[in-house]
Amino acid sequence: MNLWQNYLRPKTLSEAMDAFAHAPRPLAPIAGGTDLLLDLEQGRHSSVQTLIDVTEIKELLALEIRADSLFIGASVPVNRIVLNPRTGAHAQALTEACELIAGPQVRNVATLGGNVAHALPAADGTIALAALNAEAEIAGFSGNRRIPFQELFVGPGKSSLKHGEELLVGFYLPLSTRHQASCFKRIMRPQGVALPILNCAAWLEREDNAIKDIRIAVGPGGGTPFRATQAEDSLRGQHLNETTSESALESLLAQAQFRTSARRASADYRRHIVSGLFRDTLETAWSRAK
Amino acid sequence: MNNQISLTVNGIKHNLEPVAGETLSALLRQRLRLTGTKIGCEEAECGACTVLVDGEPVVSCIYPAERADGKVIVTIEGLAQRVHEEMKLHPLQEAFVQHGAVQCGFCIPGQIMTAYALLKRNPNPNSDEIRFALKDTLCRCAGYPAIENAILAAAESLRTGEPVRKPNIPDSIHVHQSVGHTHLRPDGIEKVTGAAIYTDDLVFDGMLYAKARRAMIPHGFLKKLDISKAKALPGVVAILTAEDIPAEHNHGLVIYDWPVMVGVGERVRYVGDAIALVAAETQQIAEQASALIEAEFDLQPVITNPVMAHQEGVPQIHEKGNLLKHIKVRKGDMEKGFAESDIILEHTFHTQTTDHAFLEPECSIGVPLADGRMEIYCGSQIPYQDRTQVARVMGWDESRVRIVGQLMGGGFGGKEDVMGQIHVAMLANVTQRPVKLLFDRHESLLVHPKRHATQIRVKIGAKQDGRLVACETELYGDTGAYASLGEKVMTRATTHSAGPYDIPHVRADCYAMYTNNPPAGAFRGFGVTQSAFAVESAMDMLAEKLNIEPVELRRMNALHVGSITNTGQELRESVGLMECIDRVSSVMCQASGLPEKELFKPRVTPDTPHLVRSWGFAAAYKNTGLGGGAPDKSGAEVELFDDGKFEVRSSSAEMGQGLVTVMRTIVAEEMSVAPEQVKVLVMDTDLTPNGGPTTASRQTYVTGNASRYAARTLREAMIASLAEKYDVRPEQIRFENGIVHANGHSMTYAEVAKEMKAMGQQPRALYEYEAPKTQPLGTGGDMHFAFSFGVQAAEVEVNKLTGEVRVLKVISANDVGMAVNPLGLQGQVEGGVMMGLGNALTEEFIMDNGYVVTDHLARYRVPGIMLTPEITSIIVEHPTAEGPYGAKGVGEICSIPTTPAITNAIYNAVGVRVDKLPVDQEMIARELWERNGK
Ligand code: FES
Ligand code: FES
Repeated sequence: MNLWQNYLRPKTLSEAMDAFAHAPRPLAPIAGGTDLLLDLEQGRHSSVQTLIDVTEIKELLALEIRADSLFIGASVPVNRIVLNPRTGAHAQALTEACELIAGPQVRNVATLGGNVAHALPAADGTIALAALNAEAEIAGFSGNRRIPFQELFVGPGKSSLKHGEELLVGFYLPLSTRHQASCFKRIMRPQGVALPILNCAAWLEREDNAIKDIRIAVGPGGGTPFRATQAEDSLRGQHLNETTSESALESLLAQAQFRTSARRASADYRRHIVSGLFRDTLETAWSRAK
Repeated sequence: MNNQISLTVNGIKHNLEPVAGETLSALLRQRLRLTGTKIGCEEAECGACTVLVDGEPVVSCIYPAERADGKVIVTIEGLAQRVHEEMKLHPLQEAFVQHGAVQCGFCIPGQIMTAYALLKRNPNPNSDEIRFALKDTLCRCAGYPAIENAILAAAESLRTGEPVRKPNIPDSIHVHQSVGHTHLRPDGIEKVTGAAIYTDDLVFDGMLYAKARRAMIPHGFLKKLDISKAKALPGVVAILTAEDIPAEHNHGLVIYDWPVMVGVGERVRYVGDAIALVAAETQQIAEQASALIEAEFDLQPVITNPVMAHQEGVPQIHEKGNLLKHIKVRKGDMEKGFAESDIILEHTFHTQTTDHAFLEPECSIGVPLADGRMEIYCGSQIPYQDRTQVARVMGWDESRVRIVGQLMGGGFGGKEDVMGQIHVAMLANVTQRPVKLLFDRHESLLVHPKRHATQIRVKIGAKQDGRLVACETELYGDTGAYASLGEKVMTRATTHSAGPYDIPHVRADCYAMYTNNPPAGAFRGFGVTQSAFAVESAMDMLAEKLNIEPVELRRMNALHVGSITNTGQELRESVGLMECIDRVSSVMCQASGLPEKELFKPRVTPDTPHLVRSWGFAAAYKNTGLGGGAPDKSGAEVELFDDGKFEVRSSSAEMGQGLVTVMRTIVAEEMSVAPEQVKVLVMDTDLTPNGGPTTASRQTYVTGNASRYAARTLREAMIASLAEKYDVRPEQIRFENGIVHANGHSMTYAEVAKEMKAMGQQPRALYEYEAPKTQPLGTGGDMHFAFSFGVQAAEVEVNKLTGEVRVLKVISANDVGMAVNPLGLQGQVEGGVMMGLGNALTEEFIMDNGYVVTDHLARYRVPGIMLTPEITSIIVEHPTAEGPYGAKGVGEICSIPTTPAITNAIYNAVGVRVDKLPVDQEMIARELWERNGK
């Protein structure tokens, strides 16, 4: 069975929106295709008539500094993100997350937009973006808008994008200044599905040997990307040491909703291993922000 | 839709019509016939399909062809340069051949393209960078160390312009002229250039595409089957059901219990049972038609495991019941044995089902010939058995069927049963057109036989000083829906279940049970993988109780010349176990700078107190050959051609393991020529004599011997002719480097060939070798004609917080009798370790009430290069008199002790005993936190 009938390759955003408006339906945007094509093939995605290839839309391919943000287009292959020194400088957590995605032959086609559009609450790229306080730019029939990253997520596998009408354009990340740094780490299980059983990203700013501001994301800690806001609160203004990190961990454990995923990890196990991962990530970010 | 795809492939411009739903890999393989790009999964998991798009490596299997418009593509076919008439290999290609990185070859295009892209970006990568780049490019033959070395060597050559550095592999200690030295594979070059042809790479005029409709329910009766909608679909040429089976309805390797298709009113026994076959003009139509077939089932309760299958009152899956076989081993007197023991230890272990996950999924093509015969192109470990099974079902004389075996992208035991061979024969016969049946990864995972899951209880009794007195084992083996080789596999599991030890009192009982899981059959290790895990774990538990070092306990009890095995066989020669134990132990001490008694203690570095390291140790043995009274024969034929070159032929299978190199080296040895002067032809039932099944680590021995004796016979015939011609005594004739010297006269082999023909003789010889007779289990005497021995030590690092396990080093010593081809052996040993490591840590074929959960490669984890430890291979050579130059089998023994060596190391590091495979890091972490009371 053919997975699609029509294949459109818009080169600009307006061509893309045109395609969204007029192409035979059902339709779906395709970026790397690593998830979409398999979902179509294995019957997890309802069948489509038209695929709109978003990987050649110039607005979605930019990776550049725009005013006080780093803009990463939704269709930039994750390998480009990994290799780009700007991402390394301003969003190390994202580089580290992208680096861990499969091998180079997949990273060269996979995109951050595709990764996020699936709305999995614990995808590596998603957790990094959540800690980096990203904003998402969305194109629709009535123009573009920017929303806080978290608002893209409605529930597990459900994004707030209007299917077939809206398109992710890219992400804006605040530029990093001195004494700000981030870090991403994860724990895998060697059997079964290639998803991490736990990942964690932290961004923080240091001032006078104390944490001035901090953002921590942990996946999977709920139905949407989980921000450990209570742990963040407990750490703000504090020096990072054994005691403060222990009490932050307690706040995190009180707030996060770890669940059991069959054959991957029990909630219990996640609660136990999060401590090491949390500390590790935090300490790395802390020492990077020196 | 765009109206053209214009792209440049390997420097050539193409303008093509877009085809709906086409991927780049399909465009390359089917439309441009560039079949070097391989398909292992179509899920972006294996990397076999990697090509360069505008200089970057991408997986072509999920890359829409239309996206390639305007792009520049390089495939494996584009790397070698044609310089005048010669192909000049790229240094990467050259290095892959030289370093033995090429085994079955199926992953190689992907490996090379990925490495090529890496070297473009980074001309001087270190090992970590290489591993990182190749982390998702899988090799199931798992020559990862060789791949890494090849890339390093190629990078060096590219930087310096010097020729590719050769690997440093020691020769055999029993070296001959050719045999015992490293030789390159005869098929190496075609495998690195993409020219190698596997079954799916073949296309015939007018070929149809087939799809088998599977039951997809684990147990029930087929109530209704309606093919009308499918039949009405344009492009469908034939649909067959059980009613169309011409003669015998069942197939099987030993027992004919596996229906070719399940008919209405008949019993479905597992999800993969076929209920209908479709042949259509395209693959897409065949799949669509298969989905349109309507089936109704009367579902039955599902038998999910062998212990349940053995209980009273459960549904019986086969007419003769759920018990395939009760296998018994009896030696000595158990009561006495346990009474004499100072210490008795008992524990039950569980091993999981695993899948071979050979990178090349199954493919068969049936081609009807004008004279009524049928050719079947496929990858098969037993071509003559395929022929028999096809002929039985078709109701034909066997001579009407020709199996034309193709290069195989891995087998490991998983290509012994017929998969599509019978189905394509039926479809091709009805349509009188060639028909191809290619499994996708999903179907491969669902349908073909797996490794048996087992439950094994071990009870060991020993004296205080460590001498083993008694061992009792009880095994349950899950043979799934059909017998396949289940009885044989579980027999081997049972006879080897007390380990490679000299124990006076032994009793083993095994129940090989039918269940509603996918069938289980042959898989590298053949049952011994499972029982070795159980008994070697128990040995370490015993060592701890006795307060004896694990190595010492094994030394004290190791089989030696003069020992009597559990089945009553006296070992009269070739028992290199003790040497394996000693050498592994000393390398282990060297590698870690510790004395033997410190090796097995936990070690931490102060900075990372949660990471604990330790070593683990395990020993094993494995029979070479079928044994158990089965006649073990192989035929080989050697011919001298007019150009002075030789050809050796046997139907035995080359699946990547390197038999062709062994055959060629042996014939070169006997004929005193360079191995390059010998061609090898295998796996063709018309052109090659029956080499028997490629299983049980038997081919080096039996087909090696058959090749050797066929060569000798031909040599004698050559001598006789020349002796007659020159009127000299046969002893006066010498063979040297392609020249025959006869008392002052000399002749090239080409001249000898012509001379013989002129004398009315055919310069060829056929030899059917029969291995020494063996005895059936239970009758005493020699159950096997040879055993290989193996010992491994693994160093692991366990993360006490997360339970994660990393294997850092593996030392593997194998007594193989004699190393016929040290380079090939190296690949087998490294691949064996990686397969054992996968069995311990990553692989688990999961079923849920008979339904397969791990039905895609994304859910079934095969170890990649990132998990590869530092592997040290020690070759131990205690020759066996009858083996070719002393050689015995190696394919399996090198994979068997890995798992228990790893799990024993985990115990030594953190005190958690893994008794259920695969290792579950959560279980380790849980035990540790519970122990610490938090
Ligand atoms: S990744 Fe493309 S075939 Fe496996
Ligand atoms: S050589 Fe890599 S899969 Fe066989």
